[in-house]
Amino acid sequence: MMKKKRKSISYGKWGYLFILPFFVSFFIFSLIPLVDTIRYSFFEYYRSGIKEIGPNFVGMKNYVSLLESDMLKYAGNTLILWVIGFIPQIVIALLLASWFSDMRLKIHGKQFFKVVVYLPNLIMASAFALLFFTMLSTNGPVNSILVSVGVIMKPIDFFGSVFGTRSVIGFMNFLMWFGNTTILLMAAIMGISIDIFEATDLDGCNRMQRFFYVTLPLIKPILAYTIITAIIGGLQMFDVPQIITNGQGNPDRTSMTLIMFLNNHLKSKNYGMAGALSVYLFLLSGGLCYIVFKMTNRNDPDGSKAALKAEKKEQRRKRG
Amino acid sequence: MKAKKGNRLVPVLIHIVLIFLAFLCLFFFYVLLINATHSHADLQKGFSALPGNALLENLKGVANDGTFPMFKGIFNSIIISTSCAAICTYFSSLTAYGLYAYEYKAKKLAFTFIMAILVMPTQVTAMGFLRLVTNMGLYDTFYPLIIPSIASPAVFYFMYSYLQSSLPLSLVEAARIDGSGEFRTFNQIVIPIMKPAIAVQAIFVFVGSWNNYFVPALILQSKSKITVPILIASLRNADYMSFDMGKIYMMIAVAIVPIVIAYLLLSKYIIAGVTLGGVKE
Repeated sequence: MMKKKRKSISYGKWGYLFILPFFVSFFIFSLIPLVDTIRYSFFEYYRSGIKEIGPNFVGMKNYVSLLESDMLKYAGNTLILWVIGFIPQIVIALLLASWFSDMRLKIHGKQFFKVVVYLPNLIMASAFALLFFTMLSTNGPVNSILVSVGVIMKPIDFFGSVFGTRSVIGFMNFLMWFGNTTILLMAAIMGISIDIFEATDLDGCNRMQRFFYVTLPLIKPILAYTIITAIIGGLQMFDVPQIITNGQGNPDRTSMTLIMFLNNHLKSKNYGMAGALSVYLFLLSGGLCYIVFKMTNRNDPDGSKAALKAEKKEQRRKRG
Repeated sequence: MKAKKGNRLVPVLIHIVLIFLAFLCLFFFYVLLINATHSHADLQKGFSALPGNALLENLKGVANDGTFPMFKGIFNSIIISTSCAAICTYFSSLTAYGLYAYEYKAKKLAFTFIMAILVMPTQVTAMGFLRLVTNMGLYDTFYPLIIPSIASPAVFYFMYSYLQSSLPLSLVEAARIDGSGEFRTFNQIVIPIMKPAIAVQAIFVFVGSWNNYFVPALILQSKSKITVPILIASLRNADYMSFDMGKIYMMIAVAIVPIVIAYLLLSKYIIAGVTLGGVKE
C-alpha cells in the first residue's frame, strides 16, 4: 500500500472507497451472473444423465420452445394465485389502515391488533406452508374440527381440487402480507396533515367521502409503492406453492408458478432453458415496474390534486 | 341524526372485523402449539383444544432424528442469518455514508443505479449465480449465502434516508478538524449515530435470511450444512404423513417459534421499522 501524504482538499476519493464494496459485490454476484444467464439463454446446454450436451449456440430457439411449452400456462397460474391473495390483501389493508389511523375511532387494543396482523409476515413461508398442508389434510385438525362441529359430513380434500389448492395458496399469501401492507398504508395516512381531515369535517364529508376523495389520492405514492412491491413479490412466488404441492404444482400443474418452473430447470441443470426463462422474467419484472412507475409519476391524471390544493387554499382562507 | 346512529354501530362492526382477522392470524399458531404437545396416538383421535403431555417427548424425538437434523439446521441458519445481518447492515451503512457525506463526480450516477436495481428480483440471476458459485468452488458452502448481502439496495436506501434525517454534515466536519481519519469517523461517530437504523435493519435482514429457501436450496447440498427451510421442504418431500405427527408439528414449531418470540419482544421496533422504510419518498 502506498501511503502518500498528499494534502488534498477533496475527500471525494473516500466516497469512492466507501461505496466500492457494494459495487464490487454487486458486480461479482449479480452482474456477472446476469450476463452469464443472458448469454446461455442463446445456447443449447443441458445435462442428460451424466452427459453434458452443449453449449451449442442455437439463437432464439430456447425462447421459442419456452413459448411453445407450458410457460404461459404457468404465468397464468402465477397471476391467478397472486390476484386471489392480493385483492383481499389491499382491500383489508386499506380498511384497517384507515381505521387504525382514525383518531376519533376508539379502538380497544389497537397495539395488540397491529402486532397480531403483522405476525404472519415474519413466519418462515416454507414452514407455514407445511403447517397449512398438514392442518388442512383430510385427517388434519381443521377437517376434524369441522366434522365434529357438524359443519360438514365428511372431510374436505382441499388439495384434491384446483379451486381448493389455489384458494389455500392465495389465502396464505393474503394472510402473510396484509399486515405488512396495513402498517405501510397506516404510516402513509398518519403522514397526512390533520388540518386536511379537520377541513373535510368542517365541509361535512362523511367517512366514505373522506376516504375516497381525500385519503386515497393523498396516499397514492405509497399505495403505488405497495403495488410495485406486491407485483414483484407475486412474480417471485415460490415457497408456498412449492411446499404445498411438493414442487409438482398439483393438481395437474395448475398451481405451478414461474419460479417453480425455473427451479425445475435449475435442478435438472438445463442451463439454456433456465437462462431463457430468467430473461423472460427479467423483462417482465422490468416492464411491470416501469409501467407502475410511469403511472404514479404522471403527476395529476384527473386533476384531483389541483382540485384538492385549491380546496385546501379555500379552507385556509375561510378559517383565517 | 342518521350519522349519529351509524357512529354507534360502526365501532362494534370494526371490532368484530378486527377480532375475526386476529383469529385468522392466531388460530393456526394455536393449533400448531397445541398439536406439538400431543403424541402421535393422541393426534390420530382427532383435534383436542387442550395441550397434551408429550411436549418433552416430541422435542426429544426432534432432537434425536438423524434423517432430519433440525437442531443442526437451526444452528446453520443462525450462523448464516447472523453473518448476513452483520455484514449487510455494516456495508449498507458504509455505502450510504459514502454517497451521503462526500461530493464526487459519479455520485449521482451511483445513486440512480442503486435505485434502479432496488426492486430487481434475485431469482432472475439465479442461474448465472449458481454457475459462478460452482466455478469459484463455493458450491455447498455458506459464503455465497452471506457475502452477496454486502450489496443490498433496499437496506442501503433505508440507511441513506436515515442519514439524511439524522446526521448533520457539520459533525463530520468537526471530526475532521479534530484530526479524525475518514474511516475512523465512520466507525466511531457515524455508526453509533446509526444504531437505531442498524438494529431495525439487522432484524429484517436476519429474518429474511432465516426464512430464505430458494437460494440456499440451490447452493447447499450436504446434510450437515442445510438450513431450516430446506429441512422443512425435505420433510414434505418424504412421505411424512406416515411419520410421527407429534414430531412433525414439533419440527414446524421449532422452525417458527424462535422468530415469533423474538418478534413479540421486539414488535415495537419492528413495526416502527416497516413504516420507516416505506414512508420516505
